[in-house]
Amino acid sequence: MKIGANFPAATPEGPLEKKWTSYKDKIDLVNPANKRLLDIIVVGTGLAGGSAAATLSELGYNVKAFCFQDSPRRAHSIAAQGGINASKNYMGDGDSNYRLFYDTVKGGDYRAREENVYRLAEVSGNIIDQCVAQGVPFARDYGGLLDNRSFGGVLVSRTFYAKGQTGQQLLLGAYSAMNRQIARGKIKMYNRHEMMDLVIVDGKARGIIAKNLITGELERHSAHAVVIASGGYGNVFYLSTNAMGSNVSAAWKIHKKGAWFANPCFTQIHPTCIPVSGDHQSKLTLMSESLRNDGRIWVPAKEADAKAIREGKLKPTAIIEQDRDYFLERRYPAFGNLVPRDVASRAAKERCDAGFGVNATGEAVYLDFASAIERYGREKALITHHDPNDRELILKLGREVIANKYGNLFQMYEKIVDQNPYETPMMIYPAVHYTMGGVWVDYDLMTTVPGCYAIGEANFSEHGANRLGASALMQGLADGYFVLPYTIGNYLANDIRTGPISTETPEFEQAEKEVKEQLERFINNKGSKSVDYFHKRLGKVMWNNVGMSRNAAGLKEAIKEIQTIREEFYKDVKVPGDVVGFNEELAKAGRVADFLELGELFAKDALEREESCGGHFREEHQTPEGEAKRNKEFQYVAAWEYKGTPSEANLHKEMLAYKYIEVKERSYK
Amino acid sequence: MNLKLKIWRQKDATDTGKIVDYNISDVSSDMSFLEMLDVLNTQLIEKGDDPVSFDHDCREGICGSCSLQINGQPHGPDGGTTTCQLHMRKFKDQQTIVIEPFRAKAFPIIKDLIIDRSAFDRIQQAGGYVSVNTSGNTQDANTTPINKVDADHAFDAAACIGCAACVAACKNSSAMLFVSAKVSQYALLPQGQIERQQRVQDMVAQMDEEGFGACTNTGACEAECPKGISLTNIARMNREYIGANLKS
Ligand SMILES: Cc1cc2nc3c(=O)[nH]c(=O)nc-3n(C[C@H](O)[C@H](O)[C@H](O)COP(=O)(O)OP(=O)(O)OC[C@H]3O[C@@H](n4cnc5c(N)ncnc54)[C@H](O)[C@@H]3O)c2cc1C
Ligand code: SF4
Ligand code: FES
Repeated sequence: MKIGANFPAATPEGPLEKKWTSYKDKIDLVNPANKRLLDIIVVGTGLAGGSAAATLSELGYNVKAFCFQDSPRRAHSIAAQGGINASKNYMGDGDSNYRLFYDTVKGGDYRAREENVYRLAEVSGNIIDQCVAQGVPFARDYGGLLDNRSFGGVLVSRTFYAKGQTGQQLLLGAYSAMNRQIARGKIKMYNRHEMMDLVIVDGKARGIIAKNLITGELERHSAHAVVIASGGYGNVFYLSTNAMGSNVSAAWKIHKKGAWFANPCFTQIHPTCIPVSGDHQSKLTLMSESLRNDGRIWVPAKEADAKAIREGKLKPTAIIEQDRDYFLERRYPAFGNLVPRDVASRAAKERCDAGFGVNATGEAVYLDFASAIERYGREKALITHHDPNDRELILKLGREVIANKYGNLFQMYEKIVDQNPYETPMMIYPAVHYTMGGVWVDYDLMTTVPGCYAIGEANFSEHGANRLGASALMQGLADGYFVLPYTIGNYLANDIRTGPISTETPEFEQAEKEVKEQLERFINNKGSKSVDYFHKRLGKVMWNNVGMSRNAAGLKEAIKEIQTIREEFYKDVKVPGDVVGFNEELAKAGRVADFLELGELFAKDALEREESCGGHFREEHQTPEGEAKRNKEFQYVAAWEYKGTPSEANLHKEMLAYKYIEVKERSYK
Repeated sequence: MNLKLKIWRQKDATDTGKIVDYNISDVSSDMSFLEMLDVLNTQLIEKGDDPVSFDHDCREGICGSCSLQINGQPHGPDGGTTTCQLHMRKFKDQQTIVIEPFRAKAFPIIKDLIIDRSAFDRIQQAGGYVSVNTSGNTQDANTTPINKVDADHAFDAAACIGCAACVAACKNSSAMLFVSAKVSQYALLPQGQIERQQRVQDMVAQMDEEGFGACTNTGACEAECPKGISLTNIARMNREYIGANLKS
């Protein structure tokens, strides 16, 4: 029986493949009658929170679930496009649990905990079984079996998908499982509610203060355990591929109450997003990594051509093969266009910085489908006994194949950019997409606050310094469906005699009072600038100094600037309306206040980490070819303890030992 | 470009609400419709006025949060598009744009352009699921092959984002397209067979209880649906419903 979290994480004994099984054999269980006496709060209803809420309630616990949208179905997971990994080896191409484990650890540049990653690989296959049983309509081949595609950084096809809407279909599956339990009264769903703070009683997480976003009322909710599944914090950059409401607040609030925050600087900048078009821009749109199965990335080989394109004097289709630089294929012949995201993003930035960018701002490269269209078209013509030399026909057939695979993405691109990607190459540029960092958790997914768990993108997770494509959905569902339901029982077995937790205690009162004071402070502030004004400023500093490439001077400057913006924010922010009633600006103000603190810790973490690894690239630490250079001394998880302000945060190191994988130079050449 | 906006403003559920006029200038044609409203809101906030409330989140046409009746059309003039994907290049300089919430008895207004669509959730809770536990103790995913055509059609139906444009487009405020999409997804898949009859009966009963109107086959829903959910789903649901009632 375990009461508090382990730091550094203790993991089960025995051989790697047996650890999770032996853990499950040994933990304490709660009998079904006692589960009815235990309440669990789940904050977030994305893949992680939705799957956890459904499973925990099915097991018999009383679940209260919270989301800020008007329905659990709208959590940001809905937007995931490309797919979900699982080591099913249906393709017979040599996949296995070990290989998925290996790829994930290597892809993360050896900064993840081996035991957790192996468990993830081990349960991955079951996720697909579960989702199919729920009626998730994955793509199938003509024989009726499940189809797979490839994602970056691996040499097998293990990605299951539902067109470009995989996240939607998986989330609707979890939502349907939730609905079944909501109908039975086992989940009480609180839509349009925002968690404002965590309540700790006698050292244990015992509830939250939530705000009803329609009425503005503050509510006290108690439970025997609290699960945070609130997603990632990419919006600290203002512009990202995340949904507008995605925020760090739930995770940050528990951090301030004692949960350590790990590796905040590990952020994924995704190579294939639609470039920024102007100052009005509110978010960036991803073009799924699956497109790199068929799209080739290039810029003009001649600087003069790039310049002519930027000035609108030359069209990309007019540049002949020899004058194109397929820079990923050139630099990484083994993986080509399917190198991992961190590598692809840096390579694109390198070309644009060198003057080869192809849009007006010089910050875009091409993603070209012309050769795939031709290849597929010829193949189709042969199969259907048409003339394989009829160019018009080949293009038509090839476009049909591409439309079938990526139709919705092409349509999305055309709506935003107003260009037809079947005829002219897409323009893409890296954008903030995912955060590997997050709340530190042990093997049980418990934070350093006893009884408070973090799952999904909100925790610091299994992806080390770089996440492989299609692995976030896998992790969210693994955490919620198959891991947390066991580990939380091990903790709650200790609570069967506790009885209901009262909300009429000084701890709840104090927490509610603090929340109320902050809300009133915003409303009563006589400032002149909107919340967005400060958020955009923060985003600019983050992108310029703490973005794709970082150096000590820039990071120090960022820390100072963020402190200044934070001060000005509290002095000069203007929040209209009242504390009562629906007030989106007030909700935004609270979220941006937290981003302004996280941003500083983020920069501090990046400054402290004197190495390059995965998505964290320090200019001082690179090989002569410009590749990331790791430093053995930093083979640890940086877990930060809150000490009043971000600048005083205290660093704890969880050293990472690699017992099952040899730590090597990470090469995709 | 410069535009004249006529926007529905309503303080809360009890307020009667009215159209208020706003002028907005220097709108870029690359902006999305919601970004245009962001600009308006920043101006209102800095003047000390209450910004216009509207639902939105993903801004990529997939979460189903955004809505808006724009010049009488759900999600505005562009076909197959949600409001968040609608771009200002679809409008002309000096145009007047009327912006109202999706209107239906089953969707009370919360504030301004924000409506309460929880009726949709309750319909799903009535039967929009397969009763399988999430223990992972299910059979291997490839044990039951599924004909690709059925799987693809099930996917097409499952692509519904729950935005409610179909209800807003319908003169009877019928929710048939939305409900039939879910019923169809499960009716087409082997996993949905066991509860097939009960499901359609329960979901239709809940739909009626929520106060949605009857379907008179006008097809306005299909025309305005941003995800191309087809009327054939309604036909399928009618067959399912009649079949279920005959058997029970
Ligand atoms: C455009 C895009 C495409 C992607 N494609 C893929 C892909 O193809 N494959 C892949 O594996 N990964 C993909 N990802 C990553 C993946 O989608 C996410 O990492 C994952 O869905 C996160 O799930 P989650 O459950 O942790 O959080 P989310 O889905 O973000 O859910 C967060 C939940 O928390 C709630 N919440 C947040 N804060 C609060 C609060 N304070 N109070 C109450 N509730 C709160 C929200 O309402 C929501 O319900 C993609 C990401 C993006 C942005
Ligand atoms: S059927 Fe279409 S219009 Fe209706 S809710 Fe679904 S996606 Fe929206
Ligand atoms: S904001 Fe998500 S669909 Fe429009």
